[in-house]
Amino acid sequence: MGILEWATSPLGQRVPIHIAWFLIWVALIAGLVFLIVHAIYVRYFAGEMDFASDTSTSETLELPPRISRHSLAARLFHWIMAAAMFVLLFTAFLPKVGIQFNWVTYHWIAGTVLTISIVFHIVHATFYLDFWSIWPDRSDLDDTWKRLQRFIGKRAESPRKFAKYPLENKLYHGVVMLSGLAVIITGICMMFRVRTIFFPRNPYLFSDMTWGLMYVLHGLAGVGLITLTIVHVYFAVRPEKLPITASMIVGSMSREFYLKEHDPKRWVIEGLSHPRSTEDGD
Amino acid sequence: MAIIRDVMPTFQLYQPTSVADAQKLLQQHESDALVLAGGLDSMDWLKDRIRKPKVVVDLGGINELRGIRDTSDGVNIGAMTTLTEVAQNAVIRQKYLVLAQASELVASPQIRNQGTVGGNVSQDTRCWYYRAGWPCYRAGGNICYADTPVGRNREHAILQAERCIAVNPSDTAPALIALDAKFVISTPKGEQVVDAEDYFVGPDLDITRMNILRPGYLLTEIRIPSTWAGAEFYFEKVRDRNVWDFPLMNVASAIRSSADVIQNIRIAVNAVAARPLRLKVVEDAVRGKPRNAVTGEAAGKLAVQGAVPLQFNAYKIPLMRNLVKRAISGVQEAAWAS
Repeated sequence: MGILEWATSPLGQRVPIHIAWFLIWVALIAGLVFLIVHAIYVRYFAGEMDFASDTSTSETLELPPRISRHSLAARLFHWIMAAAMFVLLFTAFLPKVGIQFNWVTYHWIAGTVLTISIVFHIVHATFYLDFWSIWPDRSDLDDTWKRLQRFIGKRAESPRKFAKYPLENKLYHGVVMLSGLAVIITGICMMFRVRTIFFPRNPYLFSDMTWGLMYVLHGLAGVGLITLTIVHVYFAVRPEKLPITASMIVGSMSREFYLKEHDPKRWVIEGLSHPRSTEDGD
Repeated sequence: MAIIRDVMPTFQLYQPTSVADAQKLLQQHESDALVLAGGLDSMDWLKDRIRKPKVVVDLGGINELRGIRDTSDGVNIGAMTTLTEVAQNAVIRQKYLVLAQASELVASPQIRNQGTVGGNVSQDTRCWYYRAGWPCYRAGGNICYADTPVGRNREHAILQAERCIAVNPSDTAPALIALDAKFVISTPKGEQVVDAEDYFVGPDLDITRMNILRPGYLLTEIRIPSTWAGAEFYFEKVRDRNVWDFPLMNVASAIRSSADVIQNIRIAVNAVAARPLRLKVVEDAVRGKPRNAVTGEAAGKLAVQGAVPLQFNAYKIPLMRNLVKRAISGVQEAAWAS
């Protein structure tokens, strides 16, 4: 049982046509196993988070009671993207597990919404947000090394508090970005194979092999997004992460939570009198 | 076109003598099994070596699937009843003539002697790209070879195309829909009865199947209620040659009228989509209208709304418009003689 389905083209060429659909279950189970293992680890084995950085009283006094984290535009993007992603996942995979409905039209419409929202996000994040805040930097790597050493029982300094986003969050964003771009780029090409309002059908745009690989990439990234979505929703509802989840709704988090987990030198709140840090490249 | 290669692939042949035994076999082998009724569609697949089932379940020995039984509320036709038997049955000719007409226009006398009504409604599409074994959507692939700028799609769909543009080729299906027939299906969970139009599936719901039969399911009987017995019927089949050919399009209607005003109507067309289409919008529009050419013409225009022609089948739009018109206004020159 391979992970790809193959067929023979009219020209006698052996070509991949799509992924094997059992990978849907693999992705689903992988996501569930991750969350079970993580939940057990946090419940029974993980210690209290121990940070090295300290916050001066002057910085604390200057902070407003609510720390702005996500602009309205960023929040709207997030929820539109999330809705589109859920529609895409359900319309893609429910018919494959036996729930039949007219999915193609909903799928390409949701894909179009996702594409537009991603394009908006790229422009918005590049020109209007702190672009580098979501990318790992040297401090993240140093702190991760310290955390790893402490995790395996070796002596190491306490890591610093997080910048705006912890390394895990940044890595997750990177993987979602790659998967998302893969499904979007291949999905736009695949729209040439169905009837849409955008362009005339042209199933001969690429060779059978290229089409096959495109379907495979679309499928692999798609099932990958099943796992990633499960992981994302899991962390969103974890009790210790709820302030972060709430900030994606209301736009801000409490000063207490900010000071508990974030380093004001690494995530500088605009409008304060103390100088901005250059640590995150901003 | 499909190429006949050498001999059929090897398979285990089972010849049950009861529906219960057939059901057990189909449940046991599920998607490994191919159901053989008259064999006229199935044998093509086997001889072309496109389908290589491990098991073939031949229904030919099951007597309970054969015969036409007149009941207090209509007529029940066993799924293995031949098309010749249906076409020649006195009750059907007297009360449900549209089905006799449709059955009589299937293929050739030899094929009608062997072909069954259950097989006729359950047969696979004739799209040659699909039947040649190419990895199209219907075959589980990711392309429709017919729906391309150069694809040969003269016989393909003008309505409800969804990636796959193949059409359903059954002649009896629209007649059974017009008669409000019910299809009885034996399933692992028991008997299921569905309306004729719900027996068929379009590519929007399942691109790899033409009907709701899943592995382990078996069409056992077709029940025609007496609702439309003795109504005014119309059936017309248009094909490239007048014998032994699949329809380019066909239409069937059943009408109850009074003083030439349409009181009630059921009308269906086939070979315009992957499933036979009951034209409910047309039925609603013409109910209460005089049964004449004006009503027929308006109905024809309504019927083709939303039709999308392909490179080589634009002719199907005026064809459908005219067939619907004739099915409603009852143009005598369209009548045929068997």
